[in-house]
Amino acid sequence: MARVQFEGIAKTYPNGHAAVRGLDLTIEDGEFMVLVGPSGCGKSTMLRMIAGLEIPTAGRLLIGDRDVTTLPPQERDIAMVFQSYALYPHMSVRENLGFGLRMRKAAPAVLAERVESAARALGLEAVLDRKPAQLSGGQRQRVALGRAIVREPQVFLFDEPLSNLDAKLRVETRAELARLHRRLRTTVVYVTHDQEEAMTLGSRVAVLREGTLQQVAPPMELYRNPANRFVAGFVGSPEMNLLPGSLLPGAAARPGLLLGVRPHDVSIVPQGTGDVDALVDVVEPLGSELVIYLRIDRPPESVELRVVAPPEPAVEPETVVGVRFDPTRLHWFEPESGRRVASD
Amino acid sequence: MRSADTDARLAWWLVLPAIGTIMLVALFPLGWTLWESVHLHDLRMPWLGRPFVGADQYVEALRDPRFWSALGHTLFFAAVSVSLELVLGLVLALAMNRAYRGRGLVRAAILVPWAIPTVVAGLVWRFMFEGRSGIVNVALVDLGILREPLVWFIHAGTAWVPIILADVWKTTPFVALLLLAGLQNIDASLYEAARIDGASAWRQFRYVTLPLLKPAILVALIFRTLDAFRVFDLIYALTGGGPGTSTEPISLYTFNALLQMLRFGYGSALSIIVFLITFGLALIYIRLLGADLVGKSR
Amino acid sequence: MSLSRRLPSLALALLVAGSAFPLYWTVVSSFTPEARLFQEPSLIPRTVVLDHYRALFTERNFWVPVRNSLIVAGTTTLFCVVIGGLCAYALARLEFRGRRLLLVAVLAVGMFPQISVVSPLYLVLRALRLINTYPGLILPYLTFAMPLTIWLLVGFFRQLPAELEEAAMVDGASRLRAFREVIVPLALPGLATTGILTFVYSWNVFLFALSFTLGPERQTVPVAIALFRGQYQVPWGQILAAALVATAPVTVLVLAFQRRIVQGLTAGAVKG
Repeated sequence: MARVQFEGIAKTYPNGHAAVRGLDLTIEDGEFMVLVGPSGCGKSTMLRMIAGLEIPTAGRLLIGDRDVTTLPPQERDIAMVFQSYALYPHMSVRENLGFGLRMRKAAPAVLAERVESAARALGLEAVLDRKPAQLSGGQRQRVALGRAIVREPQVFLFDEPLSNLDAKLRVETRAELARLHRRLRTTVVYVTHDQEEAMTLGSRVAVLREGTLQQVAPPMELYRNPANRFVAGFVGSPEMNLLPGSLLPGAAARPGLLLGVRPHDVSIVPQGTGDVDALVDVVEPLGSELVIYLRIDRPPESVELRVVAPPEPAVEPETVVGVRFDPTRLHWFEPESGRRVASD
Repeated sequence: MRSADTDARLAWWLVLPAIGTIMLVALFPLGWTLWESVHLHDLRMPWLGRPFVGADQYVEALRDPRFWSALGHTLFFAAVSVSLELVLGLVLALAMNRAYRGRGLVRAAILVPWAIPTVVAGLVWRFMFEGRSGIVNVALVDLGILREPLVWFIHAGTAWVPIILADVWKTTPFVALLLLAGLQNIDASLYEAARIDGASAWRQFRYVTLPLLKPAILVALIFRTLDAFRVFDLIYALTGGGPGTSTEPISLYTFNALLQMLRFGYGSALSIIVFLITFGLALIYIRLLGADLVGKSR
Repeated sequence: MSLSRRLPSLALALLVAGSAFPLYWTVVSSFTPEARLFQEPSLIPRTVVLDHYRALFTERNFWVPVRNSLIVAGTTTLFCVVIGGLCAYALARLEFRGRRLLLVAVLAVGMFPQISVVSPLYLVLRALRLINTYPGLILPYLTFAMPLTIWLLVGFFRQLPAELEEAAMVDGASRLRAFREVIVPLALPGLATTGILTFVYSWNVFLFALSFTLGPERQTVPVAIALFRGQYQVPWGQILAAALVATAPVTVLVLAFQRRIVQGLTAGAVKG
């Protein structure tokens, strides 16, 4: 059973910086858990604590019900794919793949067989005897992956593994990772700052900010019911609009609260026929849709609005249009705490 | 077993042999020298024993004209040679940075003087300035710069010339290499931007090169000043401190006090004074270079 | 325009010529008969003799100092790189209390004036009966060469990405195993460079060699040369021949490894 449990885990560095502040999180066996958040949120620190490369300053960490809080990395049954891959430059691909098993004194026959099958699964048979310097970026990434797979660990750890790849490779590798997880069913903890990766890969996503957990939920739940304004703004692209609650006309208005509405949930209508009128500022035609930036003049200041609209009808800059908010897709937040408020 | 604790324990085992040796062979003797410096210990007069004399020998040093001359010589030597080395080193580094052909050969050629034992360098330069028909005299007379050959080593003033030249010859390469590394670290696009802004070569040098080269210059300055202060081998081989004691640096005076005059107590006091000056300089410099040198472990 | 282009090369040529001339002159003079040394010196030698070299190795038995230097410098280098290397690794990579202080202390010892420890060291070595022996030289040499070694190796180890060791540990290797299997192979160039620089330093040590040896059996090359005494006058020819022999090994090292050496010298020093 490879369940990972954080119990009251905190990490404060000697210089006083608190990277992770007292959090609890349970990653279920076989789950693909993505830790996501802006830089400095503590996600990498959490990953490194699972690996044993950082020791928590408080709390308990369990892997498969075993307390591993202070165990060194070599005694935990985990494998890690580093952002820079960390392939051993002086060893061949074969030796890189087999290193972990060699350290754990596996029988040579077992070692050879596992290396061969991993190489086959990742299409690396042709380069087994090359050194990392002679490989392409994509091949190196696969060797890093292979090194982890060969170990057959309880938990896989990924530290932003796709960030060094170009866009096309990134999408391809993302699909491969999803396939891999389906096949191996091993627990995966995956760190990224890219919310799109988080949404597409995770069975559950944990959003972190400044060392605290903001929300843990399956991707669609995060999208539809963000627990606070930070999560609302972090997940989904283009970013959710946050408007003053007094913007809505009539009884629907809730002054004193923040209104969150996604660009996809706003429609452009003729001037005067919507909830509010706005001036079109910039139009970005993306082919399949238009991304429109508008300005609503509401003293004391103007509010920016982002809308995603179908390519037809055309919308011109410097024109005034009406905007209508989908009433079933409104989110309300308290302005100071950012916490979600029931939409009543 | 805590991961961090095992790391720390391993670290101490790894560090022990080196630190142990250094403690034993460097720090313990230093302590002994300190002890000796406050006791009388004249090997020529063993019947006097080794009585405690407090700061007497330090006071004697401060009243000793030969001590002050030696200190003056050392300061003079350090100031002149380090300045020359910095300037020449900079010129050399600039030239090496621009010249495209034969850079490897040049590096090799200038590294050889650096690698030579200092006493050998001293002897080679002594030979060149020796007597009336040393090559330097012959060349200077032939070129009309001198009317007749100089006997360089019988006047204090002229004796310094080969000493300083020898030191410059031997250590400019090191300074040049340090500065060259610093030069190569300067982003070429900064010069391009300056040129577009209309800066002449001199202005580019003054406003782009020099400021960005400051760290390298500081490092070179530190190393060279400390070394110049400790000069011993070179002068021992070139002039032996002469004529008389007019080129004697402070290390050589200390050496003579210990092993010629056999005054271990007094020599030790001199040693400690030399140590304090050098160490003081070193500390100032370490403070200046500070974080760069020590850094984090990751 | 073309003058300013040529200027660096010109300046370089001049400086290199100036740098090389004393060496050239030494070589030429070492092959010149003693009597001619101070009469009408000429840039191109008119007569070439091997007298000085012959005398060096027959009359003065110069093999002995060369052998002594090789043994002492070689052993010192070996110990320095091994002991210093382990220490440097700990200082570069492991977190422990007092790490920073130790690093500063090691660097500070490297700045000691050797004269300040020469007399007590003499007395200690004499008490241990190590005067005029190999260990009696190697021990002090070690102590003062190690700060240099450690400083260079800390720089080299720091240049290796920390993630390599982390990956090795995650793969199941202990710290020491990771050091042996991953760090050392990758640090070999740095170790080699450090070895070369340490060897050059040890070869050139003078004060300790002068103070801790009594006679030709254990004197090293710098001391032997410095103490050449002729019967009636300074034997310049032999001194210069000896100078060349003294310089030969380190010159070969420098010429063969000049790129490495430059890298090593400037690696830690300049952060640009």
